[in-house]
Amino acid sequence: MSTSLQEAHHKHQNTLDILFRNVTRLCAFGVLALLGTIIVSLVVGSMPAIKAFGFGFLGSAEWNPVTDHFGALVPIVGTLATAAIALLIAIPVSFGIAIFLTELSPQWLRRPLGIAIELLAGIPSIIYGMWGLFVFAPLFGDHFEPWINDHLGKMPLIGQFFSGPPMGIGLLTAGIILAIMVIPFIAAVMRDVFDVVPSMLKESAYGLGSTTWEVMWNVVLPYTKIGVVGGIMLGLGRALGETMAVTFVIGNSHDLSASLLMPSNSISSALANEFTEAVGELYTSSLIELGLILFFITLVVLSVARFMLYKLAQREGGNA
Amino acid sequence: MPDMLALYARRRMINSIALGISVLTMLFGLFWLCWILLTLLQYGLTGLTSAVFTQMTPPPGSSGGLLNAIAGSLVMTLVGTLIGTPIGILAGTYLAEFGQRGWLAPVTRFINDVLLSAPSIVIGMFVYAVYVVKIGHFSGWAGALALSILVIPVVIRTTENMLRLVPNTLREAAAALGAPQWKVISFVTLRASRAGILTGVLLAVARISGETAPLLFTALNNQFWSNDMNQPMANLPVVIFQFAMSPYDDWHNLAWAGALLITFSVLSLNIVARVMFRQQATTH
Repeated sequence: MSTSLQEAHHKHQNTLDILFRNVTRLCAFGVLALLGTIIVSLVVGSMPAIKAFGFGFLGSAEWNPVTDHFGALVPIVGTLATAAIALLIAIPVSFGIAIFLTELSPQWLRRPLGIAIELLAGIPSIIYGMWGLFVFAPLFGDHFEPWINDHLGKMPLIGQFFSGPPMGIGLLTAGIILAIMVIPFIAAVMRDVFDVVPSMLKESAYGLGSTTWEVMWNVVLPYTKIGVVGGIMLGLGRALGETMAVTFVIGNSHDLSASLLMPSNSISSALANEFTEAVGELYTSSLIELGLILFFITLVVLSVARFMLYKLAQREGGNA
Repeated sequence: MPDMLALYARRRMINSIALGISVLTMLFGLFWLCWILLTLLQYGLTGLTSAVFTQMTPPPGSSGGLLNAIAGSLVMTLVGTLIGTPIGILAGTYLAEFGQRGWLAPVTRFINDVLLSAPSIVIGMFVYAVYVVKIGHFSGWAGALALSILVIPVVIRTTENMLRLVPNTLREAAAALGAPQWKVISFVTLRASRAGILTGVLLAVARISGETAPLLFTALNNQFWSNDMNQPMANLPVVIFQFAMSPYDDWHNLAWAGALLITFSVLSLNIVARVMFRQQATTH
């Protein structure tokens, strides 16, 4: 090959290199642009509602399509309450599952059990919703809610949260189903971060005579706390944004009530139920503002979660 | 000494109680999985007749099948995957191969991880606002577009992770033979990690085939067979949602049959993906 041909070939490859790099960079940049466009389009869409209601939107419990008065208080409270119930149940259960998978389970059972828990995460959310509406809610309403009414409902202070008609649907049912949905996410993260604890650390504690529980509680948990909190926040992000499972069982009522047994609403189920049927600019734009609020809350929660998990990973890198 | 013994017994007891509870929580988790799957089999199998695969979705109160919904779901999942996968693979390649310097890679990685678990209903709303409103009606394209936005983060994440598993010596060997970078990446590193990347694509397909929320405002539903992606399109999740919320028994049975179909295809995709991932991991 003559030198000029070689040079031409070289130049050609060089152009292809630059082209390739820029195409991949463009795609990476596309992800950033995507997030930007989502936020901008939601803000633009909710402008009429923001102009009409201002910050009062967040604090008003009124939701009246007839008079065109909208407030986000009930869905926001519903979203936060269901997510809180879900975490209250899911955190201890996930911790127990992670302990079992990392410390107690025989080696041959670890993989199948881990996969089983991950399959729980793979079941589509609409299935949880359907199962919740047709199977879980009737059972819960017939057998557990009367008991809750009779016992917890009579207690001072917390009684008002647990009294109400035992219908089976409502905030509590939605929270429990969300808990089942987020357990696998939190448990998987906890198992992964427990696995990175150096064995030397654990063995030293065992060598000093600690029991398995003491090792988990006093050594492993403090060592991995950033990662554990990150995993919990990840689960919280899921619970806040979950739509279909909640829509089936929360009852879709825009009335504010202290009782967890009463039907209520969450941001995502309000959107799922009303968005396609919303008539009028202000109604649609109020729903879009709800979506914006939900997106904002989950974005903050998920960012904090990721940040904490990165921090743990970095510390791992530093130690290794 | 008795004090010490008492303390020791107490610690032993706390340990046994805590570990006992840990076993119970594991059973608690498995309990829900079994209960949900058994319910699906119980109700789904009775509804699963040959009519499900041969007839269209019926009007209220009469019997029929899910053929148009199954076809619509397959088409939209396919198109969504075809749009999302190349973008995801290219962006993942950038993060793994060119992302050592500069601000773009770390920021994108972070945003991508956040988008990975962003609420899918908001994605549906976004597509509604930027696409459905512009063309004036719901359509299969809009549904596929919403699904593709959910595919991208999953594929980016696995592509980057898989490319990082490829040993640097492989890249250096190819570069030493005089291969330009685009050839090194597309013929050596991407090829070495293709099983892993395919795993990511399968996981993404598993995720979108069960998604309902983003389709509610985009593809909506269609009672009839439709070849036109530009029209509202039937799809399993939305049909299940509408039929389950309805008061008709025929519709409930079809909803259960659809639920069984969706769950078992999603779970088998998950299992296949895991088996493939394991093979990829053992070759390195």
